[in-house]
Amino acid sequence: MTVADALLLALGALAVGSGALVVTSAQIVRAGLYLVVSLGAIAGLYLVLGAELVAWVQVLVYVGAVVVLLLFAVMLTRAPIGPSDDLDRPAWPALIVGGGVGLGLAVLFADAFRWSIHPLPAPGTAERMGAEIFGTWVLPFEVLSILLLAALVGAIVLSRPDIGARKGGEA
Amino acid sequence: MHAVIPFVTAALLFGLGVYGVLRRRNAILVLMAVELMLNAVNLVLVTADATVSAGLGHRGGVFALFVIVLAAAEVGVGLAIVLQWYRMRAAVQVDEVALHHEADAG
Repeated sequence: MTVADALLLALGALAVGSGALVVTSAQIVRAGLYLVVSLGAIAGLYLVLGAELVAWVQVLVYVGAVVVLLLFAVMLTRAPIGPSDDLDRPAWPALIVGGGVGLGLAVLFADAFRWSIHPLPAPGTAERMGAEIFGTWVLPFEVLSILLLAALVGAIVLSRPDIGARKGGEA
Repeated sequence: MHAVIPFVTAALLFGLGVYGVLRRRNAILVLMAVELMLNAVNLVLVTADATVSAGLGHRGGVFALFVIVLAAAEVGVGLAIVLQWYRMRAAVQVDEVALHHEADAG
């Protein structure tokens, strides 16, 4: 049990624990803030695993942008601030399917990797990742930029009924 | 470093995401659970990069970056849909979406 193992265990427990609170909390805003903790712990896991650039992009995009968007949506839909009891459906089907998927995959991984030890890799710094992206993966990168543009236009059209509804008469 | 720790963490996070998607009624909470699942997949990609395919470059990390971009696009469009739905029906409960009334819904 090395320092990296201890860090992985602690951050993994933090991520799973706050993830469980995200899906069980009775207050929407608290679920969003637990999501921040969970995503931050996952960014820490990336750092321990040597993926520096991915970790900082995770902090920038997920913790910085996605969670803020989600909290904005919570405000714009006038969600109740206090605890509310109409957030959930019956638990049993979700518990069976979710627990089955989670525990099944966990057993599969545990059986596949046992207690094998891998050396820590060279860190994926911005320079190495950039060489990889702009060397081997240029085409997907460019396709993704088109996808982002399409998502931007789509979000604008969706949220502007006056331009979205022009063609068919009604949205 | 024991590879099994981050892999099992990712599996448990994915299970929590599936549970959240099936359990929650509020569309925003469903989107949060989807984010948990996407992060579990990213964790698997990055861990595989560091263990089973170590020395082959940082492909897993590159794919994790791509998935993060896709998740950002998904959450942008998804929240636009949720807000539009809220504006039309003043509700964000996913099980109140009447799919069979598509044709005559205004």
